[in-house]
Amino acid sequence: MLAQIIQNLPQVLIDGLTLGVVYAVVAIGYTMVYGILELINFAHGDVFMTGAFIGATVLFLMLGMGFLAAMPALIVFLIVIVVAGIATGLLGVGIERVAYRPLRRKNAPKLIALITSIGISFVLEDAVRFIAELKTGNYIVTAPSMFNHKFTLDIHHIMPFFDNATFQSSFLLVLAVTIVMLVSLDLFVNKTKWGMAMRAVAQDRDTASLMTINVNRVISVTFFIGSALGGATGVLFMIQYGTIDPYIGFILGIKAFTAAVLGGIGNIRGAMFGGIMLGLLEMFAAANLSLITHGAMGAEYKDVFAFIILILVLIFKPEGLFGKAVVEKV
Amino acid sequence: MTEPIAKHFLEVNKIDSYYSQIQALNGIELYIDQGEIVTLIGSNGAGKSTTLKSISGQVRPKKGSIIFDGRDITKFPAHQTAGLGIAQVPEGRRIFPRLTVRENLQIGAFSVKDKSVIAHRLERVFTYFPRLKERLNQKGGTMSGGEQQMLAIGRALMMKPKLLMLDEPSMGLAPIIVEQIFDIIKEMNKEGMTILLVEQNAFQALQIADRGYVIQTGQIVLEGKGDELMKNEQVREAYLA
Repeated sequence: MLAQIIQNLPQVLIDGLTLGVVYAVVAIGYTMVYGILELINFAHGDVFMTGAFIGATVLFLMLGMGFLAAMPALIVFLIVIVVAGIATGLLGVGIERVAYRPLRRKNAPKLIALITSIGISFVLEDAVRFIAELKTGNYIVTAPSMFNHKFTLDIHHIMPFFDNATFQSSFLLVLAVTIVMLVSLDLFVNKTKWGMAMRAVAQDRDTASLMTINVNRVISVTFFIGSALGGATGVLFMIQYGTIDPYIGFILGIKAFTAAVLGGIGNIRGAMFGGIMLGLLEMFAAANLSLITHGAMGAEYKDVFAFIILILVLIFKPEGLFGKAVVEKV
Repeated sequence: MTEPIAKHFLEVNKIDSYYSQIQALNGIELYIDQGEIVTLIGSNGAGKSTTLKSISGQVRPKKGSIIFDGRDITKFPAHQTAGLGIAQVPEGRRIFPRLTVRENLQIGAFSVKDKSVIAHRLERVFTYFPRLKERLNQKGGTMSGGEQQMLAIGRALMMKPKLLMLDEPSMGLAPIIVEQIFDIIKEMNKEGMTILLVEQNAFQALQIADRGYVIQTGQIVLEGKGDELMKNEQVREAYLA
């Protein structure tokens, strides 16, 4: 049995990493907003989904105008992801303005904001479904296939205890783009003035305002970045998995949120790590559960496995793996 | 000739402020002239902090007006008031615990774009608080109470404020540290800084203040020169006993 698990490992790593980086970027959107507002923005998963649909729309438009044939696929992809990122960034800023800021101004309890975010989530799902059905007659959309060149990682040849693994060129694209996003965000938050303002607002909003920081503007910037990253990841998801529907954001959002909790909610690097770990665990479970349980549980139990890990981590380390551990003297 | 809008550097004109539904200030009136140290003393819950927060824009008064440097700032949000040059060192210091000492100081100069200006101000803060220089890369939250207070004052100085408001700088600190802090407050004032000092530690505050106000249940009940208030029977009984 162990030999088989090891044989699978290269493929598990590739699939797990693909899924994991997607979780990681979406998890960042949850963790950033939580860090600043202590709000679990349940609409974030649907911002991710909206990003996928905006990306598909742009892609179809470009296809219709013949750009897809005329331009290198990479350029088309970059245009699609940038447009979708900016559009979802603005969507996030708009959601905050319309739904969360008025509640904050009235000092509404945090629970109200949470319920509101669930409401926004439904609104986005149904709005996207409505538009998609209106335009295409079906709310399940299959994007034009891109980056589908298949590669085989001939690892068996070098290390005979591994099986060969296969992947599409989209895997490399997803990996490259998410790594660029993760690294730039980390640099932005830790090395720039606005990043510092963001951390200050997350730690003490009232005092930050005494430092001439416009807290509402920092919150808008936070929503823009988190949502733009989420939307751009939606485009990656569409390209990697091909088919999208208005409900892909729900379960993926819950899992990304789980990843954020796993890494320690409010901690950006924690969310990155939590996302990748969750993706790997999930794919490991999908590949091996049936093997381990002698067929009693199939791959469909992978989510249970991932959440059991989460529960175990939280029992022994409730603040998450990278939870804040700074001792604050009074 | 028309009379100027404001005679003083800072004028607080009969303000009423509320915390949710509860009235915390009831017609507070005070002024500060340039170069003065003015202290606001009173017991816990009298409305000292609310007065400061009303000036800095963290609490918006329902009635009355606040004029600073000839400008009506009554309705300014906190970041705009701060932008005009009013710095507040909040009660309990409120430094950013997970920012480093350097970042805590840099954020005080958030509105400054010129890096050489920031560097220059940093040096100036170090002349007052040399200890901070040794701790630049430490997280703010890991410092002792006295060091945090120094950092909070240093952070406010990074704004190069025209008016510095200190809320209970002596709170929770050992007497020897309090002594140091008050010496520095005096020194900053000598160099021209206008200061509004809120204190429960009335004796020490009145010693260094030009003038003082005594606040009780949201109202100013006494005002006068520092040394006069110190001799006042009422003040002695209530706050200096």
